[in-house]
Amino acid sequence: MEQTGKRKRVHINNISLVITVVLFILMFLFGSVKYNNFLSLSTFLNLFNDNAYLMIAAIGATFVLISGGIDISIASTIAFTGVSSAFLLERGVPAFLVILLMLLVGIIVGCTQGALIHYFKLQPFIVTLAGQFLMRGLCVVISERSIPISDPFFKTMALGKVAVRLGEAKAWNGKIYYYVFILLIVFAAAVYTLRYTKFGRCLYALGGGETSASLMGLNVARTKIAAYGISSFCAALGGIVFSFYTLAGFGLQNLGLELDALSSAVIGGTLLTGGVGTVAGTVVGVMIEGIIQTIVTYQNLNTWWTKVTIAALLCFFIVIQRIIAIRAEKSKGKNE
Amino acid sequence: MSAGNQLLTVRNISKAFGKAVIALADVQFDLNRGEIHALLGENGAGKSTLIKVLTGVENKDQGIIEMDGRQINPRSTQEAQNEGISTVYQEVNLCPNLSVAENIYIGREPRNRFGTINWKKINADARELLDKFDLHINVTKNLDHYSVAVQQMVAIARASDIDAKVLILDEPTSSLSSAEVDKLFQIMRKLREEGMGIVFVTHFLDQVYEVTDRITVLRNGKYVGTYLTKELPRVELVGKMIGKDYAGLKEAMNAKWPEEAERQEKETFIKLVNVSSPGTVKGFELTVKMGEVLGFSGLLGSGRSETAKVLFGIDPISEGEVKVKNEMAHLHSPLDAIRNGIAFCPENRKTEGIIGELSIWENIILALQVKRGIFHKISRKEAEELAKEYIEKLQIKTPGTEQLIKNLSGGNQQKVILARWLATDPEFLMLDEPTRGIDIGTKAEIQKIIMDLAGRGMAVLFISSEIDEMLRCCTRMIVLRDMKQVGELNGKEISEEAIMRIMAGGEAS
Repeated sequence: MEQTGKRKRVHINNISLVITVVLFILMFLFGSVKYNNFLSLSTFLNLFNDNAYLMIAAIGATFVLISGGIDISIASTIAFTGVSSAFLLERGVPAFLVILLMLLVGIIVGCTQGALIHYFKLQPFIVTLAGQFLMRGLCVVISERSIPISDPFFKTMALGKVAVRLGEAKAWNGKIYYYVFILLIVFAAAVYTLRYTKFGRCLYALGGGETSASLMGLNVARTKIAAYGISSFCAALGGIVFSFYTLAGFGLQNLGLELDALSSAVIGGTLLTGGVGTVAGTVVGVMIEGIIQTIVTYQNLNTWWTKVTIAALLCFFIVIQRIIAIRAEKSKGKNE
Repeated sequence: MSAGNQLLTVRNISKAFGKAVIALADVQFDLNRGEIHALLGENGAGKSTLIKVLTGVENKDQGIIEMDGRQINPRSTQEAQNEGISTVYQEVNLCPNLSVAENIYIGREPRNRFGTINWKKINADARELLDKFDLHINVTKNLDHYSVAVQQMVAIARASDIDAKVLILDEPTSSLSSAEVDKLFQIMRKLREEGMGIVFVTHFLDQVYEVTDRITVLRNGKYVGTYLTKELPRVELVGKMIGKDYAGLKEAMNAKWPEEAERQEKETFIKLVNVSSPGTVKGFELTVKMGEVLGFSGLLGSGRSETAKVLFGIDPISEGEVKVKNEMAHLHSPLDAIRNGIAFCPENRKTEGIIGELSIWENIILALQVKRGIFHKISRKEAEELAKEYIEKLQIKTPGTEQLIKNLSGGNQQKVILARWLATDPEFLMLDEPTRGIDIGTKAEIQKIIMDLAGRGMAVLFISSEIDEMLRCCTRMIVLRDMKQVGELNGKEISEEAIMRIMAGGEAS
């Protein structure tokens, strides 16, 4: 058992992340070469402007994935938050109260799901499927039509932006909407939590093995419930950002978005088996989906081509992850 | 042992699972400061349950646990840790996806006043701690990068570092090499000097006599006694563990083959000519005759299990030919093997052998049903009879045929698996580590069964890491190294020394 040589080993999620980033850059270059006006700061920044809500929700979902679970209720929670915000605002409830209430609903829904999963030892898939139906159902119960939002605060958040000028040329100019800063805060908080807090590390331990985690004296119940709480909280926050983005609430919006969030996380190197993953990877994963969408738009293709491409990518990534895992397994102990 | 020296006292602990299974009845146990105390018993004696009660994994039904004269009642692992009881389990219970250092410190990470984890300190502390254990590995690498032995050492480092007064080691040595075991013992002695009380559970009696001060024996959930190690002869210890007068045991343990002259050469059952399988065996030659017990010796990964898997059609044959009774045979799947009269009890009883949620009779008929095909269903009556027959023949300890196999002890599970294959009426039986993790009494019984079967003309391939039992059972021994056959020993040539010499790389005799 000597020091393990000097050869550096790239760990699974790192190598996935590296591939993801390289792929993103390649796609960006591809677009830049192929289309006029593609290569610009605004193309890049619009990835965040257009996908901030999805990134926030996907960051939340990553917490659950790391813990070894899955949350498929997030898209419904986003829609629910959107509709009920619009509904309450229409009736004159102050904006800050609406936002507070929505976030609270998110936390309660999430923690309830987590508690059901933990204490009754239920499958996360089924519990969050029930959550998905419940939230989606409630959306339509609240309103079948699309409700416009005219609240001044929401409008400020929706339309307010910061101009970014990195140079004289048009290509070096872009803009960031205010709500993107919410994403930045969520991202920073998530990175810190996962890396530097006891809770974050417990989450990884839980994903690595629940029995082990509890035998090491970690608080499994609290960690697991909090993971689902955070996921739904992020979904609710994503829902609010989504209503900033669209200035309307409609119950049938974002159907299937939970799968976009989960696939982004996987593309970003998170393992569905738990224990491995980063929020940075997830954000890059969403950016990849965004850039595919952009290219598809430039090419004037049917937007479903986005899905086709992502399907191929997803397949590629899970196979790559598996191969790396198998190779790691084989070389295990050989170079001790 | 003065009273003031007492660290942990357990009095009249009882624990039952449901109404039928009484795991602990009125058990007592005491541990002194600066003592290594062996907790021994056969499978099902209640060792594990006692440990689970002490560590808060299970709650006791009755009884008192005292630590330093103060009554405690741990309800979770966390609470037990806070009371100063930490545990290392047989199967490494750490997280493979975290770094070595983090595995040692998770849950009690050094943090600054904002609650931010100090990674530098974690890594430095881990390095320092493992240095004490003479383990110089890169602590920032993931745990699953290292072998099970290293992982086990890390687990022990973690447990000993958790401000522990009592350290419980539940079969920590089963995956360690002898050099590693020595290292572990050094550490245990050092911790003993520092005043820690260590509870040591193991199946290896040598280790008990090497390192422990006292022994407590449990049997069938009951307390048998506590003894000073140096005052308790080994045979008496075994007798207390299995609860028989040891004359019977001696006979079972000393069962030997009749003299060479009484045995005669039988016909060849299976013959491999230059067989290779991708990634495992290469150019393998093998002949197995009826009525012999052929042993495969070699270190883990030498090709012992791999060859058995090829013979059972699990791993594909890419080159060479197989003849069963002088006729070409195609072993493309286990079903082909079964139809050719081959049976195989795999190494990993829990995952490859038993189906825990099924009853004993269901487990027994599995292979036979496969052999007959789905259109010849074995009737319930026939299955029951079959199960009863084997429960009696192999002396499987169970309340009845309906018992779920997961509720049996390891040794009895192994007997059920054996029954499953004997029911197919095989001519060639392959056993991969059939006695691993099984108590001494059952071990001897299984060895005897093996010899009986061969005596009645069955060809047996026996794979085991324990040279002792190989010496006892095998009539011929093939030594493997690096997926190749490196030596063969017959009858009287078989000795521990000869096997070791070939395994280590000496000339084949």
